[in-house]
Amino acid sequence: MRLERRHETSRMALVLAPIGAVVFTMAVSALLVLWAGAPVGRTYALLLQGGFGSVFAWSETLTRAIPLILTGLAATVAFKARLFNIGAEGQLYAGALAAVAVGGMHGGTGFELSPWLLFPLMMLAAAVAGALMLLGPALMKNKLGVDEVVTTLLINFIVLLGVSALLDGPMKDPSAMGWPQSVSLQSDLELGKLIAQTRVHTGLLWAVSLAVMVWAVFKYTVLGFDIRAVGANTRAAAFAGVPVTRTVVMVALLSGALAGLAGAIEVAGRTSYVTLDMSPGYGYTGIVIAMLAGLHPLGVIAAAVFVAGVLVGADTMSRAVGVPTYIADVIVAASLIAVLVATLLTQYRVRMKK
Amino acid sequence: MTDFLDILANPAFWVAVLRIATPLILGTLGVLLCERAGVLNLGIEGIMVAGAFTGWLAVYAGAPLWVGVGVAALTGMVFGLLHAFLTVGLALSQHVSGLGITLLATALSYFGYRVSFPKVNTPPTITPFAPMDWLPVPILNAQTALTLFALLLVPMVGWVLYRTPLGLALRMVGENPQAAESQGVSVAATRTGAIVAGSALMGVAGSFLTLSAFNAFFFNMVNGRGWICVALVVFASWRPGKALIGALLFAFFDALQLRLQQSGDAVLPYQLYLMLPYLLSILALVLVARKASYPQALMKPYRKGER
Repeated sequence: MRLERRHETSRMALVLAPIGAVVFTMAVSALLVLWAGAPVGRTYALLLQGGFGSVFAWSETLTRAIPLILTGLAATVAFKARLFNIGAEGQLYAGALAAVAVGGMHGGTGFELSPWLLFPLMMLAAAVAGALMLLGPALMKNKLGVDEVVTTLLINFIVLLGVSALLDGPMKDPSAMGWPQSVSLQSDLELGKLIAQTRVHTGLLWAVSLAVMVWAVFKYTVLGFDIRAVGANTRAAAFAGVPVTRTVVMVALLSGALAGLAGAIEVAGRTSYVTLDMSPGYGYTGIVIAMLAGLHPLGVIAAAVFVAGVLVGADTMSRAVGVPTYIADVIVAASLIAVLVATLLTQYRVRMKK
Repeated sequence: MTDFLDILANPAFWVAVLRIATPLILGTLGVLLCERAGVLNLGIEGIMVAGAFTGWLAVYAGAPLWVGVGVAALTGMVFGLLHAFLTVGLALSQHVSGLGITLLATALSYFGYRVSFPKVNTPPTITPFAPMDWLPVPILNAQTALTLFALLLVPMVGWVLYRTPLGLALRMVGENPQAAESQGVSVAATRTGAIVAGSALMGVAGSFLTLSAFNAFFFNMVNGRGWICVALVVFASWRPGKALIGALLFAFFDALQLRLQQSGDAVLPYQLYLMLPYLLSILALVLVARKASYPQALMKPYRKGER
């Protein structure tokens, strides 16, 4: 088997490849539905209906998409520069914790800030906390050649244990009946609802604006050019005078900040406090979303809404026909692999000979 | 201080060290085989979950324990083949393919578990491997046969790598695939073989958890052990002997933190002790990084005729 590069790739193929890959994945996953003893057609219909079939479904899907857009952007920014940031999960928790530290621990007599000042401070703290989590691994990669995948992964575990220790100790909510749960944000720092009577909050506007901003950075700024140059070929970029270390540091700060903001926006828009299960793996799912989107910042929005819809729909579907919700994770993971293969096939053709 | 010495003097401590080390030894050897052939395999975390699940399910369904281990190895091989197809056949990013496999294998295992046991809260148990109390060696006789297998595998892998033509070919495709190809070695076939064999060991590493250390399958039971193995391979400079030392050292600290945690007058929150293994892994990576001798072709896809 060998691969031959195609002379040209049509735009049509580039758009159709991920869609075809997802359809293929759903078809193969039907075997799992059969194994669980449920009717395939009805199961998938319920899945789609639960994710996209009503205003309520859409509101839940969009709510779930907000952190996913942000972690997807975090992965996109980093992966563009070939900094494999697998630590978005830890960065998200660090951001959430920083947000609560500023917006919930603050206060008391004699020291009060207006919410107009406190809100930006809270977001800034979250962004900085997330960014710092990635700065170490990025520098270790750049200066010492330590593989960032392993370090960022290991840091996830360290951060989660740190969060656990803080929720047991200094940041524990004394009125939480012993649950490991942080103190709550001041209520005037919480994000407003986008649609009344649902859970969708204005964090969606934040996420979408940040996606547009990242897209603009890639397209119109020198930094964007440098990031693509470093990602394409680090040595060639250095030779051409691109400041590699500075670019990698900027990428780390930007990527970590986006993941940190995901945590702060989750807290301010949805939970208002930090718990150890506030993220069901948003950091890891963000990687899948970035790949599904072909590392395109605006594509991240679409990919995040799709994945969120599958995850939300799986809950509804599971209650109705009893197929375990883990099927959503299988579909998401298998889609990732199928999209990678499909995208490759738009660029190469496979020849089956020696 | 006396506490500390008491812990070290207790044979139960060393029994625990060896038990904790076993899945790490198996997994690290698995990663080592893949990386020596030039392929990173981040699928390990998921493959361990899948091996733990399928091995346990087979035994639960009535298969003998060793058949369960075989099923786990086979599960690892299937995912290894997928990884080989993606990274060797299609030359996709090894990072992303491996992460995809981890997500897929984990999700499939959890799905399979829930389909098999829909309404169960406490997982059903099996009778795990018994300790080898017939063995006249202290500490080792409190372990199961899988630990002995892991320990014997270290010199075996070393022997294959350094003393056989197969091992030479494997190391060559990891260092200089062009040269290997010109010597008539098939890069694709050798790499695929190494990934499949390495992934089989990862599956067995997972099955140790359900068939020997515990007697049931739990969610999150692998809990980062796979990533630790990836770090241990760097620490070991890609050498089986050093991998054994690394795994034992790591297990030593893990067992120690467990006991320090339990020794009553703990001043620090227990989470700080739990962090130790991860901090140590990062520290090891940093310390070894400078003199690390990566296989030269690691993470570099090889396409015939392309340079």
